[in-house]
Amino acid sequence: MAAAAATNVGNTWINIGIFAAFVAVTLIIVFSVSRQNKTAADFYAGGRNFTGAQNGTAIAGDYLSAASFLGIAGAIAVNGYDGFLYSIGFLVAWLVALLLVAELLRNTGKFTMADVLSFRLKQRPIRMAAALSTLAVVFFYLLAQMAGAGGLVALLLGITDKAGQGLVIAVVGGLMILYVLVGGMKGTTWVQIIKAALLILGAGVMTFWVLANFGFNLSAVMQEAVNMAGENGEAILEPGLQYGASAVSQLDFLSLALALVLGTAGLPHVLMRFYTVPSAKEARRSVVVAIWLIGIFYLFTLVLGYGAAALVGPETILAAPGGQNSAAPLLAFELGGEILLGIIAAVAFATILAVVAGLTITAATSFAHDIYASIIKKGQVAPDGEVRVARWTVVVIGIIAIIGGIFANGQNIAFLVALAFCVAAAANLPTIIYSLFWKRFNTSGALWSIYGGLISTIVLIIFSPVVSGKPADPVTGLSKSMVTDPSIDFHWFPLDNPGIVTIPLAFLLGIVGTFLSKERSHPEKYAEMEVRSLTGAGAEKAVAH
Amino acid sequence: MSDVQAPGPAESDYQRVERSDEFQSLRKAFRNFVFPMTALFLVWYLLYALMSTYAHEFMSIRVGGTITVGLIFGLLQFVSTFVITTLYARWANNKFDARAKALREEIEGGAL
Repeated sequence: MAAAAATNVGNTWINIGIFAAFVAVTLIIVFSVSRQNKTAADFYAGGRNFTGAQNGTAIAGDYLSAASFLGIAGAIAVNGYDGFLYSIGFLVAWLVALLLVAELLRNTGKFTMADVLSFRLKQRPIRMAAALSTLAVVFFYLLAQMAGAGGLVALLLGITDKAGQGLVIAVVGGLMILYVLVGGMKGTTWVQIIKAALLILGAGVMTFWVLANFGFNLSAVMQEAVNMAGENGEAILEPGLQYGASAVSQLDFLSLALALVLGTAGLPHVLMRFYTVPSAKEARRSVVVAIWLIGIFYLFTLVLGYGAAALVGPETILAAPGGQNSAAPLLAFELGGEILLGIIAAVAFATILAVVAGLTITAATSFAHDIYASIIKKGQVAPDGEVRVARWTVVVIGIIAIIGGIFANGQNIAFLVALAFCVAAAANLPTIIYSLFWKRFNTSGALWSIYGGLISTIVLIIFSPVVSGKPADPVTGLSKSMVTDPSIDFHWFPLDNPGIVTIPLAFLLGIVGTFLSKERSHPEKYAEMEVRSLTGAGAEKAVAH
Repeated sequence: MSDVQAPGPAESDYQRVERSDEFQSLRKAFRNFVFPMTALFLVWYLLYALMSTYAHEFMSIRVGGTITVGLIFGLLQFVSTFVITTLYARWANNKFDARAKALREEIEGGAL
């Protein structure tokens, strides 16, 4: 009953209309800001002309993906307190970026993470390794976003057959390719800024609305959520509902907590945003603005999650087509009817579009700048040649994302996002930290750490319960693992998230690899890197138009 | 210490800057601020994650209405993040930038 009622929520044409308006407005802006997109600095870094406040808003737009908006609100609505833990990890993680990475990276690099890593190490092997781990992180993150689009379509547009959902995924992918090709980093940034403003405003209005319903008393919202949860409802106020079941699941939670807090500062699409501002000072301002926006947004999701539990109820949410992810849209419908649902639905689509665009330009930059220009052409390439390759890469990655999204439709997207964070924390962060702060660090240490972190994370995920071997659901008879046939079980690693093993391992491998190699250190290169990273001498300047 | 590795004429301009007192004290100021702060927020966050995992009863104590110790603890993570962000930005804007800029201008002007 509840499922049937929930499917008919909202008006498809209002949802599509508001989304179409968003696309129209952003396309006009993208076309008008991207007249000058000739050089690599224009295409990859928006001419380095964004202010800290603009870039900070864009970072929030890049970071607050559909998974974190719909996912966290839904997790709080259903699992209560345990859902809240995600948002804390996602937020605190920004301090790593603020204190240790953003400014130093801006001062020493040009376009990609590999620029910084290869500064004083051997160019080609390091660029290859850094580009591969960048592409791996982007690929998993991209699949998660595209897979999420399928579920969202089912919920918001009432399209339930796989072919129809596939078509919508293709439309989203096609639009994204258009934005990135035309707009480059400049256009992508504006899409992210607009989306962030809409998302945070929308969530803010809903939060105010929920609180107004309960006399601005958070405790009363939570009390109603407890009442709606029925028997044993108090559990949503306490930790452990989702992760407290056993010693293994507790360890799994700690592992996730570690991957979240250390992953953010290694996410390549986040790192790349620091190059779109003119100086390290503006990079710092970007992160400060981003932390405030992201933090305030997560406080909103706390209210929205408990609000959805109180006003919609966990049973209705779980019975809706999108499951947990439908908590925020259903709450919007409950509060403001079709119009508010339409706005929130459009914002959710815009979110996917903007995040996917940011990921794609990062992957294209990494391929064109690190692999094509530096490794294949050994640096002997005209800048417009590099950008041409980047544009083709955008098209290829867009097509891969569409096909992957159609195949991954219906998959568990949380696991893909967790995997992306885990690869970023294990394969990228140790090398970034060591190369910025540790004089003795060398090429061998970097390769051990990057490949060790990348391979160990992927291998442990393949043999974890997320891929095979979760017990069969008594109702459907299907396993909750990626391989849904419960008779296929090849898992031997007990945790869903391998971070607690692979992150320390990658840090350790960086040290071991460094000491095992006889490679001469380059004190003159380290001196240059250190002086430049702290003073900003010789840093890339903004493009003057 | 770097003198031992690169004596005499092999030393680059950047190495000379790196050895200078001005740069050394800038670097020290930076690390003295950033490293303890990083340790602080990581320990504070891990304490929170560990308590949420292994101290259920303590985290479930009601402070008032449906507000639990765990919720307060979680909200304090937001507060601490905002406070550290503000402290760092203020320190960097007021104390660090001017020194870094002076040094940068000396380097780019060829004075060092």
